[in-house]
Amino acid sequence: MDAHQIARQLTTVFHDVMDRDDIVLSDTMSADDLDEWDSLSHIRLMASVERQFGVHFTNAEIGSLKNVGDLIKLISQKTNA
Amino acid sequence: MNVLDFRLENLPWLVPAPAHFRQLCRTLEDSPTATERDIRHLANYQLNIDQLIRLAKLIGSLRPRLVRNASFVDMRLAILSDTTVDYTIPALVATAARFGVLLEVVHGGFGQIAQAIFSPDSILHKTAPDAVLISQDPRGLGLHQSFISPKSGRERLASACAQIDSMVRVINDDLGVPAILQTVPPPPEEWCGSFDRVAQGSSRQLCESYNRSLTEIASRNGNLLFDAQHVAALVGYDAWYRPSQWTNAKLPFSLDLVPLYADHLARLLAALRGKSRKCLVLDLDNTLWGGIVGDDGVEGLRLGNGTADGEAHLLLQSYALQCKERGIILAVCSKNEMAAAVRPFREHPEMLLKEDDIAVFLANWEDKASNLAQIAKVLNIGTDALVFVDDNPAERERVRQMLPEVAVPELFPDPAYYARALGCAGYFEAIAISEEDSLRADFYRGNAERTKAVEQLGNLDSYLESLQMVCVIRPFDEIGRSRIAQLINKSNQFNLTTRRYTEKQVGDIQADTSKFALQIRLIDKFGDNGMISVVIFDVSSEVWACDTWLMSCRVLGRRVETAVLNEVVSAAKSHGALRLRGRYIPSAKNSMVQDHFGKLGFSLLKREDDGTTVWELDIATYAAPDVPMLVQRELAQTEPAV
Repeated sequence: MDAHQIARQLTTVFHDVMDRDDIVLSDTMSADDLDEWDSLSHIRLMASVERQFGVHFTNAEIGSLKNVGDLIKLISQKTNA
Repeated sequence: MNVLDFRLENLPWLVPAPAHFRQLCRTLEDSPTATERDIRHLANYQLNIDQLIRLAKLIGSLRPRLVRNASFVDMRLAILSDTTVDYTIPALVATAARFGVLLEVVHGGFGQIAQAIFSPDSILHKTAPDAVLISQDPRGLGLHQSFISPKSGRERLASACAQIDSMVRVINDDLGVPAILQTVPPPPEEWCGSFDRVAQGSSRQLCESYNRSLTEIASRNGNLLFDAQHVAALVGYDAWYRPSQWTNAKLPFSLDLVPLYADHLARLLAALRGKSRKCLVLDLDNTLWGGIVGDDGVEGLRLGNGTADGEAHLLLQSYALQCKERGIILAVCSKNEMAAAVRPFREHPEMLLKEDDIAVFLANWEDKASNLAQIAKVLNIGTDALVFVDDNPAERERVRQMLPEVAVPELFPDPAYYARALGCAGYFEAIAISEEDSLRADFYRGNAERTKAVEQLGNLDSYLESLQMVCVIRPFDEIGRSRIAQLINKSNQFNLTTRRYTEKQVGDIQADTSKFALQIRLIDKFGDNGMISVVIFDVSSEVWACDTWLMSCRVLGRRVETAVLNEVVSAAKSHGALRLRGRYIPSAKNSMVQDHFGKLGFSLLKREDDGTTVWELDIATYAAPDVPMLVQRELAQTEPAV
């Protein structure tokens, strides 16, 4: 799966988890940019990404994510491994 | 649905949510006329955690302006937990709507169990919840560890049990409400392996012993057990316990299992509020048996031992019979000629269900939604008490559209799974089983026969005489307590004030000398109707005021209420009271008794703005009418101090 496909699927995940259809993802986007993205919704986001892409993240991996770009890269590594 | 999709964690008896579920929520949020029915429609879908949270948000925003046109009951639950319940709470609010409960949850604060319980100004003591859930994790209780010394294990266990016992006492005695105690699933990690079941200090043993202690605590004061261990076992302890979500966020179990957990807990809350379903309505062709009786004939049906398909249909029949044994009413609703529909019941040797087991049998070509409404009407129950099992997706869809309050399990194309779907959906959750339950299904069938009898006799008085009724009137006692509480919480139609009391409160009323409370049983020639009426009066020197007067609708029109009034008047008179006062508080369902007191000879005192009416009866001039039954009084113990 390339970064573009991942971003498209990830957008749907964001819309569902954050309950907002107007979210447009960018690589530099982080929790600071989105009111709905707090520590509680972050856990649902990670669980939903794991479900959607059929991957598992360690807590260390989750902790190292700084923005959406990092997340896409991580998903890409896991799904193309 | 594919076989592989039948996974309990997905609640496979529910219809998958449409892709535009969030859009549906938003549309409803903007609607000025949103109803309980609309919410029920949405809650009936298979929802994941994100969708449940969305629906909870919707319910929260609609709550103040919701059109209360259906049958939701309000409930406030306090949750005390030593783990993260921020996901469970909204999931529970959304799921409760599926069971007809408009739920509000108050949370004692993360890890604040003891503070919430023992500090009198905590949220728990301030908010007057209807019940308190204590949701503890084995890791919070220290039961996840194994001990080489059995003594140390026992000490750990004793301290966990003592702690919960003291908390339950505060909840029961100070708040006066039931506690809901959550059992603990054992962690999957093994200590010795199979020997863990033998070793007294093993975590597995400690969890089991703890759960047994909870069962004992739950057996008193109307407390309830929430068997989370069973829920975990349904999907497996491996799926239940997600170590990464525990270390990351102190989630007690997998986030993916929140919908399953919430569904099980919501059933229990609904049962506590008397919202469990009462009647199982079955389709016939390709549901109760394989094949179409009108086309294939009795001989051509696939039913019975020997073939896989034939045995699959027996599984459903057998499950239905088990339901009937604990008081669930069975009914049939089938598009068929009546003559053909009854033939397998009479002629097929492998049929487990007999005609006698079916309280209402409707086989015709009418619309099934109308037939279901008719069944509810004949049985005198709400359509929200029905479960409808039909293999035909079009019929299911039609019923769901017309009557969203009827539970219609999604069936998966293999009949071997019909009973599984029905049996795991939690429609008939019970919090206690009484002897009355086991007889109830027969009462209803008896009623159908009584209806026939009145047609033959034609005259009500002679009909009532012919019933040879015996009415047994007795003060509240221990034996009757759980059934009294059940009636108080379930009766909606013949219920003057719709006041709900827990089993514990019923016990308090029994002990309270300023209350005069009676339980009434009715027996007739068709059978024992069991306890069918409850009255509670507040006793004072001049006026006895009616707090509660309710009756089961299956004995309507039998003049039991007159017999009861005669008893109350006679008791009040002997204590020197001058008047009885009655109050009718209107609810969505009790309009049938709006003139109850008037019919009994009370005069209207006043009518309040909300429709409540207050009535009085002068005891001195009351002439007790004859009643068409033998009244047996067992009033020896009632000596209210005035």
